Amino acid sequence: MSIIEKGQVMTANRLRDGDAVFLTRSGEWSEKVDDAVLALEPLAVTALEARAAKDVEATLVTGQYLIKAERLDGKIRAIEMRERMRTTGPTVRLDLGKQADGTAGAFAAVEA
Amino acid sequence: MYRYDEFDHKFVAERTAQFRDQAARRLSGEITEDEFRPLRLMNGLYLQLHAYMLRVAIPYGTLSGKQMRQLAYIADKYDRGYGHFTTRQNIQYNWIKLEDTADILQALADVEMHAIQTSGNCIRNVTTDHWAGAAADELADPRPIAELIRQWSSLHPEFSFLPRKFKVAITGAPHDRAAVKVHDIGLRMHKNDAGAIGWEVMVGGGQGRTPMIAVTVRDFLPEKEVIPYLEAIMRVYNLFGRRDNKYKARIKILVHELGAEKFKSEVEAEYARHPAQSTEVDERELARISAYFKAPAYEKLSRFAPHFEEAKRANPEFARWAKNNLAAHLVDGYTIVNISLKPEGGIPGDATGEQMRVMSTLAELYSFDELRVSHAQNIVLAHVKLEDAFAVWEALVASDMAAANYGLIGDIIACPGLDYCALATARSIPVAQAISRKFANVATQEHYGAVKLNISGCINACGHHHVGHIGILGLDKKGEEFYQITLGGSSSENASIGTILGPGFAAHEVPDAIETILNTYVKLRTSGEEFLHTYRRLGPAPFKEALYAAA
Amino acid sequence: MPLLKNNAFVSDEWTTLDDEAVLPEGGKIIVSFTRLAKDWDTLAKFPGVLGVKLANTDKIDSLAPYLSQVAIIVLAFPAFTDGRAYSLARGLRLDGYRGELRAEGNLLPDQLQYMHQVGFDSFIVNDRFPLQSWQAASHQMSLAYQRGLFRVAGEGEVWSQRHQGFAPWEEQPHAG
Repeated sequence: MSIIEKGQVMTANRLRDGDAVFLTRSGEWSEKVDDAVLALEPLAVTALEARAAKDVEATLVTGQYLIKAERLDGKIRAIEMRERMRTTGPTVRLDLGKQADGTAGAFAAVEA
Repeated sequence: MYRYDEFDHKFVAERTAQFRDQAARRLSGEITEDEFRPLRLMNGLYLQLHAYMLRVAIPYGTLSGKQMRQLAYIADKYDRGYGHFTTRQNIQYNWIKLEDTADILQALADVEMHAIQTSGNCIRNVTTDHWAGAAADELADPRPIAELIRQWSSLHPEFSFLPRKFKVAITGAPHDRAAVKVHDIGLRMHKNDAGAIGWEVMVGGGQGRTPMIAVTVRDFLPEKEVIPYLEAIMRVYNLFGRRDNKYKARIKILVHELGAEKFKSEVEAEYARHPAQSTEVDERELARISAYFKAPAYEKLSRFAPHFEEAKRANPEFARWAKNNLAAHLVDGYTIVNISLKPEGGIPGDATGEQMRVMSTLAELYSFDELRVSHAQNIVLAHVKLEDAFAVWEALVASDMAAANYGLIGDIIACPGLDYCALATARSIPVAQAISRKFANVATQEHYGAVKLNISGCINACGHHHVGHIGILGLDKKGEEFYQITLGGSSSENASIGTILGPGFAAHEVPDAIETILNTYVKLRTSGEEFLHTYRRLGPAPFKEALYAAA
Repeated sequence: MPLLKNNAFVSDEWTTLDDEAVLPEGGKIIVSFTRLAKDWDTLAKFPGVLGVKLANTDKIDSLAPYLSQVAIIVLAFPAFTDGRAYSLARGLRLDGYRGELRAEGNLLPDQLQYMHQVGFDSFIVNDRFPLQSWQAASHQMSLAYQRGLFRVAGEGEVWSQRHQGFAPWEEQPHAG
């Protein structure tokens, strides 16, 4: 049986183009939330914050913050509606944003 | 309309170079985000939910066909092929890259435009009546003074780090279409017995968390004193406006906390202490600007337009659009065309690059090459011959801009909301779309008559819901979107803030709630009485009862 | 912290004194406004040169009696986004103050022109930015729409240039 794990994901905007990105296990930033590392414990969260702060310093990303998320079968979904929209795109223009670029999270889509 | 001289050109060129340098220094790490943020905001660049958003200034909402075409070019080349016209007569692009922004500012400078001070704690776009220069009730065109204030406020060294944003609106007509009473400074034109122009100066209006109506500090300020007097107001605000709490930092809070009389005396004391040395140059500059706003070369036409009348007889769709979307022009044979950017089920205020190009062509052919953006997120062609109205309409039909809902329930004003905006607490656009679809039938809309519906996706009230006849505020209740309805707001010269009717509604309940409100109005109105009037006569009670009485 | 004046880093001739510190025999000293007002009887007899440092919540009206007695006024920018000092500076210049006006805080080169224009002469700045950054920033905009502000060489007023032949706004000459 699949279990849902709950934790936090680090997100930010890529500095040069403003794209919403998510911090992965390897320390890269991906446009796709499914690639993100889900921090399940406080120590892991601290590590995410440290890594993000470093990349802000290195002018890669800006505006970093943690979002509550859950993972099922390797796919990640943000809990709050606002953050879910950050991972998919505007609900009123399904032809724009990650949902159109193929970089939206693949977890069950939020009801429009 | 105003045209840049060599000085204006040089100014925006240098400003663009300055931003290019600032962006480069940000990308190299020389300045931090905290340091860069106010600098990029003062060039209109926000960081939002999905990408950067750029807000381009359309000074007092007036632009030429060429400028509108350039906005279309920018939408196509640097964004996703569309732009959003805002409640402050500007345009926003939602998918901008920082690395492209200096090039976009250059493209704007090439057509005498910019994004200066469309955000940040500084003086923002000066807005005015979208029918300026064309409406019959106008005393005089308010745009020359708007342009004077625009220049004076641009990169003002003393007032670029205010406690908070600062918005100015101006009306040249007694019937206020510019919402001056809910702006930080509102100016209303008056004429004395000698026919000289003076300005009523109002301070401390605003919406957001704490909506307030402005107070009058001067009844009749001679025009030549406008700039030095505004300086006195700004200096008092800059020195004494609160900086301890972002939500109490607008000038309306200062006016409220000091009291109108004390605030006024502070301004007068400052004005007396530091008067302008001379206003001759201000007067000269205003006269120079005014020359750009002379009446266009109208033809001498009859009030009766046979082609127009015949077209209405032959085409009921056109007749309907003409009835709702055309407004009386001060010159015989001309009309004001209001292009609705609220198609059925559409996103209020959005236009594609192609639609912008169509509007440019229409302006060039039929309206002396001038367009206006209204704070209701529509576009105006202010000087169209009645005889050309049918041709204009046909072109609008072909590009899905012929919704005959101007000023009716389908003419919804909505902020971008949670779909785009990092500040929002709820989505606004889907609610607008649902209401628009519910009332798609124009005959139904006409049945309800003139009514302003405003939707804001958060308490910052960028949708101006406080001054909607019907206002909707989107909030978050335990992770669910939740909508509060207010009634009885108005942004006219008889301004009022709407009152909350009662508990809020889930998104899917809102369209029915609006219908209940409108049907209640129809049941209770006297012959020819408009919605706001009925509400003011009867108060919220009958509407509350209709909405909340047990089923 | 470097002192920027006339587009160069210069040495500071002034000494800032704590409220409790003993007065030196002479020299150029800066005291807080609190001390200036409280100890005026003593300070008025100081053989050296006096300066005062204002908090940006001090009202310049209260400074009026001392304006001609001080050769430097230091205004603080607690955060570079706190713009009160621009109006304090402007007010002081409009009131006729002709001494040196100094800005202190976490200032950005991007503010330099604004600060010059409202009447500042010198700046205690963060050593993060090299001199070239300050120099480059000092003339990024060669035009301003506002009248009656202070200009460095090469800076123009748009309205005045459009309408020549009218009495120019008289700038009070001042130190620096």
